[in-house]
Amino acid sequence: MDVESMYQEVILDHYRNPHGRGLRDPFDAEVFHVNPTCGDEITLRVTLGDGDVIEDVSYWNQGCSISQASASVLFDEVVGKTVPEALATLDAFVELMHTKGQAEPDEDILGDLVAFSGVAKYPARVKCALLSWMAMRDAVENAQKEEPGHE
Amino acid sequence: MTLDVGAIRSDFPILSRTVRDGKRLVYLDSGATSHKPRQVLDAERRFLETSNAAAHRGAHQLAEEATEAYEQARAAIAEFVGAAPGEIVFTKNATEAINLVAYSFLNATLKAARDAPLPPGADRFVLAEGDEILITEMEHHANLVPWQELCAKTGAVLKWIGLTDDGRLDLAALDVLLTDRTRLVSFVHQSNILGTINPVEVITQRAHAMGALVLLDACQSVPHMPVDVRALGVDFMAWSGHKMLGPTGIGCLWGRADLLADMPPFISGGSMIETVTMERSTFADPPQRFEAGVPMISQAVGLHAAADYLSDLGMDRVQEHEHALTGQALAGLESLAGVRIIGPRDNTDRGGAVSFVVDGIHPHDLGQVLDDDGVAVRVGHHCAWPTCRRYDVPATTRATFHVYNDKDDVDALVEGVLRAQRFFGVI
Repeated sequence: MDVESMYQEVILDHYRNPHGRGLRDPFDAEVFHVNPTCGDEITLRVTLGDGDVIEDVSYWNQGCSISQASASVLFDEVVGKTVPEALATLDAFVELMHTKGQAEPDEDILGDLVAFSGVAKYPARVKCALLSWMAMRDAVENAQKEEPGHE
Repeated sequence: MTLDVGAIRSDFPILSRTVRDGKRLVYLDSGATSHKPRQVLDAERRFLETSNAAAHRGAHQLAEEATEAYEQARAAIAEFVGAAPGEIVFTKNATEAINLVAYSFLNATLKAARDAPLPPGADRFVLAEGDEILITEMEHHANLVPWQELCAKTGAVLKWIGLTDDGRLDLAALDVLLTDRTRLVSFVHQSNILGTINPVEVITQRAHAMGALVLLDACQSVPHMPVDVRALGVDFMAWSGHKMLGPTGIGCLWGRADLLADMPPFISGGSMIETVTMERSTFADPPQRFEAGVPMISQAVGLHAAADYLSDLGMDRVQEHEHALTGQALAGLESLAGVRIIGPRDNTDRGGAVSFVVDGIHPHDLGQVLDDDGVAVRVGHHCAWPTCRRYDVPATTRATFHVYNDKDDVDALVEGVLRAQRFFGVI
């Protein structure tokens, strides 16, 4: 069935065993994002280190396998990267999500996010995939605002 | 006699299409919107091709015909719910119908504070700080948010009737919740998420005994069962056209004639006036007072055809048909391990909105796998987020039925849930 192409084993693995889940202290910024159409939600914290390196992303979320797995991949992909690197990954992910499954994803930039290319065929699920990533962008912006040293 | 679903299905062109690579469409989302039979589509097209004009304006023949078609629709809808034609106000949708009542309270309150002219009995709609609006914990956001807004603007207090674990209103607290400050009780006839059919007469009698008005949200009842406003005894009733096989863009407010007469207007402008000068205006009698601007005429014509279609089937039989499907769905879903019904498990005082959760599978994921089988359900909080919180679920999967659903549809739902359980490895 078609839906199997969306639910890649990578996605189901992240869903069943999410990486980095749980809220941790200390943190520089915390945001709460919600998808009002379905009620999926995430509380996400970021901790920035020297040179705008993302030292930690911690989160607590509830939602479908796509939104849960996407947050788990986010943890893997952005912790240890600089803010511009993380935002570049986000941009590539957003682009992938808006291709309706036509694009050839760049695994070097996207890592495990390539598994989400099947999600792009289902417009109603794109928001699920992007929820944690939009929260991350928001949290990073807040962290940078609050700490001028990170400008 | 039961409904001839095969014949009914042939009236609905959309049911002959396939989805997701050739799958039969199993449409179990009529609670969100229903499909439209050819009779409704034809009526709209015929009107637009032969009599299209702005109703209640112009002296030409088309304007006459359009006005007549629009007013005939009003009369037919009134008859469908046991009301007088002059008591039916056409609105954009049910949400607007509820807002119309909420804004009547607000506008009466604001105008009274400034001694602005009001209809003679408008004090029934003037709120004071500490007055109370009573709703329930199973309301659609459309019958919750307008009252939150009204309270925030007037200083009135919002209260609600809680729910029991089995999906019913907890009426034990009603005597405490209803006070001499209660001005309006607004509640749903049949819950869009739980399927519960509420005891309208009981609540209405007790509300009236305390001097409160009663508004009934009938979006999920008027399309599915016989509804007679006089028998129910309520003061207002709101429902939508598109859930009763009619077009989108039209909803209805029924109000008791004496109450409508006492209400200040909500949306103002053309065709709702009596006289206009540069300084001030006076307003038309109901229902025109509440129908500013050129109304949705072709939609009213389509809704008329929808009411006729349902009447020809017989609302008793429609209810009986959906009751059987509901029983089949409840039994089928409960036969699966790890499936829990959110709402009454008992098929009494219950309509065809069956919400459920499946252990280990989020509703969004379940909906996706069902969709792959051609089974269209609603997933999410169904615009009843507080109801989901009450039952400690972030969302549910909901199947809803209408006249064109049959046993095969319910079987497809149950089989699809089982397949999803296997797919996600939870059984």
